[in-house]
Amino acid sequence: MATDLNQQVAGIKEDYKFGFHDSDANYAFKSGRGLSKAVVEEISEIKNEPTWMREFRLKALDTFQKKPTPRWGGDLSTLDYDQIRYFMRATDRQGRSWDDVPAEIKNTFDKIGIPQAERKFLAGVGAQYDSEVVYHSLREDLAKKGVIFCDTDTALREHPDLVREYIGTIIPIADNKFAALNSAVWSGGSFVYVPAGVSVDVPLQAYFRINAESMGQFERTLIILEEGAHAHYVEGCTAPTYSSESLHSAVVEVIVKKGARFRYTTIQNWANNVYNLVTKRAVAHEDAIMEWVDGNLGSKLTMKYPAVHMVGKGARGEILSIAFAAAGQHQDTGGKVVHAAPHTSSRIISKSISKNGGRSSFRGLLKVTDGAKDARSNVVCDALILDPASRSDTYPYIEIDEDDVKIGHEASVSKIGEEQLFYLMSRGLSEVEASALIVGGFIEPLVKELPMEYAVEMNKLIQLQMEGSVG
Amino acid sequence: MSMSKVLRIENLRVAVAGKEILRGVDLTVKQGEVHALMGPNGSGKSTLSYALMGHPNYEVTGGKATIDGVDVLELEPNERAKAGLFLAFQYPTSIPGVTVANFLRHAVSNVRNPDRKEGEELIPMRDFRKEIRAEMDELGMDQQFARRYLNEGFSGGEKKRAEILQLAVLRPAFAILDETDSGLDIDAVRIVSEGVNRVAAKHSTGILVITHYERILTYIKPQFVHILYGGQFVEHGGPELVQRLEAEGYDWVRAKHPEAARHEDELEAADTRAQGASA
Ligand SMILES: Nc1ncnc2c1ncn2[C@@H]1O[C@H](COP(=O)(O)OP(=O)(O)OP(=O)(O)O)[C@@H](O)[C@H]1O
Ligand SMILES: [Mg+2]
Repeated sequence: MATDLNQQVAGIKEDYKFGFHDSDANYAFKSGRGLSKAVVEEISEIKNEPTWMREFRLKALDTFQKKPTPRWGGDLSTLDYDQIRYFMRATDRQGRSWDDVPAEIKNTFDKIGIPQAERKFLAGVGAQYDSEVVYHSLREDLAKKGVIFCDTDTALREHPDLVREYIGTIIPIADNKFAALNSAVWSGGSFVYVPAGVSVDVPLQAYFRINAESMGQFERTLIILEEGAHAHYVEGCTAPTYSSESLHSAVVEVIVKKGARFRYTTIQNWANNVYNLVTKRAVAHEDAIMEWVDGNLGSKLTMKYPAVHMVGKGARGEILSIAFAAAGQHQDTGGKVVHAAPHTSSRIISKSISKNGGRSSFRGLLKVTDGAKDARSNVVCDALILDPASRSDTYPYIEIDEDDVKIGHEASVSKIGEEQLFYLMSRGLSEVEASALIVGGFIEPLVKELPMEYAVEMNKLIQLQMEGSVG
Repeated sequence: MSMSKVLRIENLRVAVAGKEILRGVDLTVKQGEVHALMGPNGSGKSTLSYALMGHPNYEVTGGKATIDGVDVLELEPNERAKAGLFLAFQYPTSIPGVTVANFLRHAVSNVRNPDRKEGEELIPMRDFRKEIRAEMDELGMDQQFARRYLNEGFSGGEKKRAEILQLAVLRPAFAILDETDSGLDIDAVRIVSEGVNRVAAKHSTGILVITHYERILTYIKPQFVHILYGGQFVEHGGPELVQRLEAEGYDWVRAKHPEAARHEDELEAADTRAQGASA
């Protein structure tokens, strides 16, 4: 009998907690648990950062400490800031060995078909992802076009002016408590800069799909597309990410200038103990197009609402989100679109699946400011609930200060239909297989937007999740 | 075929929503035989199909149904499919987001390899694609069809063709065709019927055609014709029964079987009440 994957991961984590955490005497650096001015200063010092960044961090720390923990969304009452370790170096990962990785997790990698080279990284064992050769030649190609693509720490060293110009401009330090936290202790994340008129045809994923820095705890991602540029960035992985820390709080800022087009695809599947509190926001200028594709599995609580602020006329924002909430999980996800210029258009499509007592909430904000004439927006959220113990809620927030708008909003909640199950089973499919196919069909409109290998993994993962849920 | 199977239904009683619909039905179908089942609206024809296939809402309250002695009523619907039973639905269900090809590949993989476990390999894509293309050609279906979502937005006729496509690739020992002809245009009835006959000839399928009309039976020629009335088979005969119904309707059946007529009226009255309540 397959049991719930995430439960296994969570259970194992309990058992291994001390093995993984406290015997790690060879850590290159430990900031210890809890957050203080000293910790923040130490992070900045170790990274050898310029003074302005150090000040940015300290100001953020101050803001973080003053802001109360949000009371809306999910339950954050059990989140203990003093128990969290706020900084670890990539070399810390080498303290573990492949033999320590639980068999269940190795099994999952097999079943999903994760490439050998990526498995160790995902299991938190070293970062020996041997892709240097590919990585190098592709990097050269991009460099010739003037594209910058590196981790954000590197960007701060090599392109400090660019980082300084844009960081914190889309998501200011004081935006929310977790944005402040990230600003204080950020490490890693991706930096992308695409010059005017340059098209990057390959999704920016091949090299960075697995990268120690981009999957950090408090990663900070900053992406700038100059006028007329095109790019697609893909991050994350459908395999359960075996994390040693229970708080992940990323900030992603994206600037899409006039006539540029950008798509940001994320798939995350955190272990069952993780609070995943992410702030993602993009600004789309005149005639720019910004698309977020966001898939969330696992975690204890995910709060994530990718946003697009359309500030130039004719801008377009699109948010596609998939959430899968299993036992003990709460996915509080959705999207925000702000129409702040005329002739802007947006679409939010959200699909959620809840099973075994899992809870998914859709939270959507649609805002049209005064003067944003001829704004058009369509919000669709569909929830599929697999059993009576599971739950789904919808929280649409709509603020419209302009008369000349076209707005559509549809929400649906459904259960797996008995007729659908019977029909498929009458053709030889088992109940589990039939349910998996129906669930797969439910999210298919979004899965087909994913790059091929992610789509394949996503479907296999759903299959695995379903094996644990039926019968 | 030497290893010919037998589907045997004995004194089958079925209730739906607490109401007894079938009150003891007997029928034996051997592989290679063609049977026709006729009866007025609401007489229980689809109830028989669903009960045989294992729909959870159709409760078997008595009797048996076996294939070569194995009680199929004990099996889950997917096990019944693997045992060689197939139902072409009167109202096929749509499954959004699941393509015909993907669905059918899963179905074929299970039915042809009954020992297959969940998550195990599906039949090779190339062989499958070739096979389904050939069958679609024979049924005059556009190749694009395989990529459409199962029954989603299909016209009535397309749904029925898709059912027969499934029949053709699943090659069951026994197929129940529940009003496959309804909603089909005149040419489509012929094309679909020829498809059924081709499958039946190749795999010596035993066929139970449920219909209201003579037309489909001029292509799929039954040796045996049964009339379901008031929850029981009241008449058995040959093709001449079909002609008599076509010419005279069911009045003579009523007159000849007053007890069954009383039950038929009860069912109809219950339906009328139910419709009144929901309106
Ligand atoms: N799910 C259900 N719930 C309640 N009553 C049902 C259900 N399914 C069938 N019935 C009732 O059972 C009786 C037989 O219905 P059935 O669908 O078997 O008739 P049929 O002979 O196939 O009719 P038709 O020729 O119109 O297809 C009818 O009175 C019908 O209302
Ligand atoms: Mg019927």
